[in-house]
Order: sequence, then C-alpha cells, then structure tokens
Amino acid sequence: MRLLVAAAGLLALAAPAAALAAGRDGAARSAPARAGMVRLPAGAYRPLYGRPGTPGVAVRTFWLDRDPVTRAEFLAFVRDDPRWARGRVSPELADREGYLAEWRGETNAGDATDLRRPVTGVSWFAARAYCEARGKRLPTAAEWEYAAAASETRRDATRDPAFVQRLVALYAGRPRPLPPVGAAGAAGAPNVYGVRGLHGLAWEWVADLDGAPSASGHSHHAHAAGGRSHDASCAGAAIGAADPTNYPAFLRAALRAGLTARSTLETLGFRCAL
Amino acid sequence: MSPFIVKQHAARAAAAVLALAGALACAPAEARDGGPDATPTRALPDVRGEEHAVATAAPNVPAPITRTYATKVIVELETQEVVKRLADGVDYTFWTFGGDAPGRFVRVREGDLVELHLKNHKHSTVPHNIDLHAVTGPGGGAAATLTIPGGESVLSFRALNPGLYVYHCAVSPVPMHIANGMYGLILVEPKGGLPKVDREFYVMQSEFYAKKPVTEGAPYTLDMEKGAAEQPSYVVFNGSVGALTGDGALQAKAGESVRLFVGNGGPNLVSSFHVIGEVFDNVYGEGGTMVSQRNVQTTLVPAGGSAIVEFRAEQPGNLVLVDHSIFRAFNKGALGMIKVTGADNPAVYSQLKGLPMAGH
Repeated sequence: MRLLVAAAGLLALAAPAAALAAGRDGAARSAPARAGMVRLPAGAYRPLYGRPGTPGVAVRTFWLDRDPVTRAEFLAFVRDDPRWARGRVSPELADREGYLAEWRGETNAGDATDLRRPVTGVSWFAARAYCEARGKRLPTAAEWEYAAAASETRRDATRDPAFVQRLVALYAGRPRPLPPVGAAGAAGAPNVYGVRGLHGLAWEWVADLDGAPSASGHSHHAHAAGGRSHDASCAGAAIGAADPTNYPAFLRAALRAGLTARSTLETLGFRCAL
Repeated sequence: MSPFIVKQHAARAAAAVLALAGALACAPAEARDGGPDATPTRALPDVRGEEHAVATAAPNVPAPITRTYATKVIVELETQEVVKRLADGVDYTFWTFGGDAPGRFVRVREGDLVELHLKNHKHSTVPHNIDLHAVTGPGGGAAATLTIPGGESVLSFRALNPGLYVYHCAVSPVPMHIANGMYGLILVEPKGGLPKVDREFYVMQSEFYAKKPVTEGAPYTLDMEKGAAEQPSYVVFNGSVGALTGDGALQAKAGESVRLFVGNGGPNLVSSFHVIGEVFDNVYGEGGTMVSQRNVQTTLVPAGGSAIVEFRAEQPGNLVLVDHSIFRAFNKGALGMIKVTGADNPAVYSQLKGLPMAGH
C-alpha cells in the first residue's frame, strides 16, 4: 500500500484523480502540477484542543509536496517575479530584516548544497505567492497536521511514545544550517504516505493563519477579544488539550500563535498542496 | 488603574492559533487604560527618574540597592538556545535567559516600575516568553511577552510585593521550556532593604532529563518520559554538574556573614537544602520578607520557589551545599562548595584524637 501511495506521488495520474480534484473544487488541475507531490487519502485529524473521544476534523483527499520547497525552487520563482527578491519585497508583505536574510544576494542563494536546503526566511505572503504561481496553494493546518501525524509505518503515530519522543529530539536538536532536502537521517525518511521532512527540517507555513479548525470542524478566530490567543503561552494550555503528552504539537501551536503573515524565521519554510 | 500595562513593539496582524477550550489561568489581558472612574487597588508610590538594571550571571548578585525611592527600572533579557556542557561527556541543548541556566539575577526595589524588554535571539527555533512570580497580572507577564525568534516584547509592571521570586519561560509546552533551563530569580528588595551581610550569592537548583542522541556526538535533548515520571538524569546547582565546585566554588572568609539567594527551577523536585558544616542563623522561608525561622539545618525550597538563608562562616574549610535527598547529591550532581579561608578557630571545632582530617 505504501509503495502504491509513493508511486502515485511520482506519477501524473489520469482521469480518476483529475475527476476527484474537479469534484473537490470544481476546476480540473493539470497533471504536471502534481509532479513531486504525494496523494493523501481522506481521513480525520485530531486537533490538539478538543475533548478526547470526539471524532476529529475531516480532511478530504489532497496532494502535498513530498518535500519542502528548496532554495533553488524559490530562486527560480524570484527570477520570474523579482518583486519577491530580497531587498525588494514590500515591507507589508515581509519583515524585510529577516526576509531571505541567509541568502548572499538577490539571486545568490549559496552553493550547490545550500540550494538543496529548504528555503526559509520567507513570510506567509511569500509562501502563498510561490504556491499560487505553481498552480497550488498552502496546506491548511488540518491537512498539515494530518500528514505530520504519520510515522514511517502508521498514519496516526501521535499516541506512540517513541514517535513523540523522536520528534521532540528532532525539534530540539535541529542542525544548523538546515540539512538539504532528501539528506539521510531521521529527518529525511518518508512517512507512511511518502511525505518527507515534515519534522526536524524547517517549521512550515499553513494557509489558515487566522484560526485552525476546532473539534467542531469550524474554523474560527480563537482570539475573541481581538488579540491573539495567549493560551499557547501558559501552563494552562494543557487544560482542554486532547493529549497533553503531544509536545511536538504544542511546540507547533505555540510557534503559530506567535507568527504574523509578515513574519520570517531562519527555521520557517513551507511546502505546497493541491 | 491596573498596575499591569502591556506594551507591544511588534504590530500584530491576525496570528495562527488553535481553538481552545476550558478556563485558563492566562486569559488575554484586555487593554486597560483605567478611565476616569478607575480607582487603584492600592496606593502606588510616585516614580522618580529611570535607570538600567544590571542583571548578573550566577553565582553573582547585583549590589544592594541604596536608593530610597521608587524608580523606573529598564531590564533587558534575551532568550537564547545554546549547546553547552551539562556533565562530563554530555552536551545539552539548553534554552536560556541570557545564554546560561539559570538565567540572570534581577534586583529591583519594592514599588519600582519595571520595564522589561524581552528579546528572542534570531537563531532560536521556538518562541519564548516570561512569567515572573513577582508580577501581579495575567500569566505573570507571559500573556504579554510571547516572542518569536528575532522579535522583542516589552512588559511594564509595578513590583508590588517584595521578596525573592522565580521567573521562567511559560510557552507551551511549559515543562519542556523549563526543563531545558529557562528559569532565574528576581529579587524585589523591601523598602528598607535587607540587613547588611559580607557576601551574597545566587544558587539555583534544577533537574535535567537528558535523552541520549541518536547521532554520536550530537547534544542531548529532553527526555519527556523521564520528565513525566520525575526521574532526572541530573540534579544540579547552577545549571551543570560541578558548576559550584573547583574553579566555580564560592569563596568566603572565616568570620564573614553570608547570604544565599536559593532558587529552585524544578521542573519537578522539591529541594531539602542543606549546607554541610553550617547551621542557618536565619531563614526567610519560601523567599518571603520575614525571617520565618532561626537555627535551621535544612530548609525546603519548593519547585518554582525560593528561600533566603543566612549564616556566618566561623571556621575555614569547605562548606558543601547539597540537596539532602542525598542520592541526588552523591549520584546526580546536587553538590556545590563554599571555600572558607582564614585562621583556624579551635574553640569552635577541633579534633582531639583521630586520623588526620582529609581536605582540611
């Protein structure tokens, strides 16, 4: 089954997949857009906050880049659209001090090894623009978390203490600079869907900055009082959490709580979805 | 008017958050400007002038405050994630305030208006914030200081209560941030100051739960399961095994009065703090402002709490700081030293018969 999923990710599929995509969003996606992507079957994602036992948020079949977007790929995008070059990007669309700060110049992203590293120092606006230019989009938080719950052998390994501990070690021990995509090591192995590098390379942007689906399945603003949620910032965050041992999920949630659409981080990149 | 005013430097657009349930200790603080009818809950002294705090690295303590009025104190702390030695052959990925565990010691005076600038170094991989136990207000400051790498938050608070307080990072998952080394002490001196002593030191106990890395030579990281089971790999003073021994030992002279500001960052264990060879003349239990007991051998320091102990070094030799849950001292590193120099005092201690005393 794993082989089939991996193979599906490598091949451009014919009508059935196109029909699926067409049924999903009413527009046919061209097959070449799916090169380098993996198809993840529909399922449920269990959000961090929500009563244990509730069925979880439904995720429809979707395609996800097998790897994070690399510096080389982003460089090609910048060449096509110089508005996104370092030094030229609008301050409304990125924190200019951090934007592509590790690049050596507008079109110099480093040596051959550097070019294979995940691109980081990009804002949500930049990530979204890249995906749209490729006929894709950013994954939703639910889609990303759904993909990230998988280990090499299981779709939902979030209750497996060994998996969780391994992620904690990857998150705390991130090599710097970030290793190239596809490099050997714990961070590089494909998960059961065939997706690689979700943990231990870069943190990754998701589409829904202004709220993630709750247990009820409705996306809503968690900061009713007009500020961002502060609950990621206290021990009280464990109250109401479905699984207080899922430290990696708490780490990701806390990071997202601190980001704005303009933010850039040395360890924050992205991949695209369809 | 609430004494807790929040200032944010970074403009915040819509931020990514997850849906949350349940009442939480750190509900967001709505902007409070008091309005014309607001009455202060207690009278606050006027603030005169401003100064920059000098926050010191352990085991040093900033000099006692001589000022007799409340002022605005500007404090700068930067969170950094660094790989350092935890024990021989064991490097650990520490998360710190100021590059060391424990974090810098901050000293202010009761009534001061503290403007705390919290920066997170751009190389950090996760956001950090700060909860100071001295702060009255949401999250002890945590609700206002969530700071992503490269960012800065500014918190303004009035030091209403004197005492010796722990501060720590409180970003979720909190146990991980604390277990990685994010704690320190802030002393709010009472208005009249503390009685004068010859030496003051900053000692902070904590545990580490260290998971061996998969790759040889890589740093150790948090062992979550051991943390939850409360089975530390190391219990140490001032952030590493042996930090207060050898060249790191504290120094005093026979006849001097010594005050230890003792903190316990936890994350889990309560300390049974004892100095071998001494009796505490005064103990300010739990870091409060009253001498709560005199003539104490061993005092408890709660996790996330503190104690202040005072004694006089009467006799030259080595005084040994321990957690008297003694396996921790012998097997896990909870051992430190004060080297007392000076003339012998045989009236107080002498050997009348026996083998030569070792290490004297």
